[in-house]
Amino acid sequence: MKFKFKDRERADELVQLINRRVPDRRIKIVHVCGTHEVAITENGLRSLLPDRIDIREGPGCPVCVTPTSDLDAALKLAERGAIITAFGDMMNVPGTAKSLNELKSEGADVRLVYSVSEGAKIAENTEKQVVFLGVGFETTTPMTAAILKDDPPENFSILPSNKLIPPAMKSLLELPDNDIDGFIAPGHVSTIIGVRPYESLAEEYGVPIVVGGFEPLDILYALALIMNQISNSDPKAENGYNRAVDYEGNPKSKKLIKEVFKETDATWRGIGTIPNSGLTLNRNYEEWNALNRFEVEPEEGIEEPPNCLCPQVITARATPGECELFKEKCTPSSPYGPCMVGEEAMCNIWYRYGGRPKL
Amino acid sequence: MKQEREVILNPMCLAIPGEVLAVEDERATVDVGGVEQEVRLDTLSEDVAEGDYLLVHTGFAIQKLSPEEAQETLSLFDELIETNKQLEEEREV
Repeated sequence: MKFKFKDRERADELVQLINRRVPDRRIKIVHVCGTHEVAITENGLRSLLPDRIDIREGPGCPVCVTPTSDLDAALKLAERGAIITAFGDMMNVPGTAKSLNELKSEGADVRLVYSVSEGAKIAENTEKQVVFLGVGFETTTPMTAAILKDDPPENFSILPSNKLIPPAMKSLLELPDNDIDGFIAPGHVSTIIGVRPYESLAEEYGVPIVVGGFEPLDILYALALIMNQISNSDPKAENGYNRAVDYEGNPKSKKLIKEVFKETDATWRGIGTIPNSGLTLNRNYEEWNALNRFEVEPEEGIEEPPNCLCPQVITARATPGECELFKEKCTPSSPYGPCMVGEEAMCNIWYRYGGRPKL
Repeated sequence: MKQEREVILNPMCLAIPGEVLAVEDERATVDVGGVEQEVRLDTLSEDVAEGDYLLVHTGFAIQKLSPEEAQETLSLFDELIETNKQLEEEREV
């Protein structure tokens, strides 16, 4: 299967279209996905667009928004002798006292996995308790549900820290000083949840929301659809990633989430508590919740270090370049705040690729 | 640099297309970028057969992809471009 999603000619046409449609004022577009930010920076898309189009990453990096309280709980479980399994990006996020990696260097059994099923496999081969740090958005949650429904080993459990994207988008729209002109909705979250959950948001706040794919042309296409909506004064939820997103999403995955999880209020690092924005295990699956099994009560974690602009970056109210620590005191090898840690985090991505190169 | 990227490559939102080589019960062997990978199918609603394309996220299939739909996406791009060109031309006239 070879298709031209990087075709320069089509890209130029789409850019021209965006140029013709974009209003003559600053336009702030927010996407909610680290993979989008990588695609935008890696391909230098900002440099193709007029300066007045300001594209920012909102709370699209699961690592950045995982509260220190959840991380501290994982550290506690490791100190009690459990094997902690986590996605790679979680390893370096600073908790209140230390990161998982630092705890590992002190002798704790912390293992990097690429999938929840790897965590379950580790549990099959040991007598020890194995905990999977369940971090991620709707894309990642069905996998955890599938594992729990599939007779997992008894010594396996989940530290649930799963989060939902539409309530986070809503919280950004609620901020009084956040003039968002449009959202590019995350492609693979939408593969699971579909387009419908964005409809009420688009209607209530009068904001265009277009689901976007991850190739350069997908992103330009999503921007073009947003500019079309703006110039026609017709804000709505629209699918710009038809080949991977159905209107209703993935019914099987949605059913799995519903069977295993329930909605709960959740704390987002840098934002605070958002009602019904998190998922925790429901009554039928409570026994797989590591917090219950180990009787660990999450404690209020620390706030961001002083002068760290991560909360503003996560809420799309600042760009990394506006932070005085960026590239100076805060680098990927020595991150000061969570936005420099994850590969999907805006500060980390801008550090690696540059933000808005002038070509 | 490349090596570093591979080591810390984050799986959380990334989904990659691959071609199904074989199917057995709820699992498929999938060629993802030249690497054979076992992929679970219990997160997918549709039936899967050899030769299908799947979008794979952390070892699970989340969507069946069809070459026709990929082609259709490109047509949608062109359609939008064409419609706008026509609109512009009409305006100029």
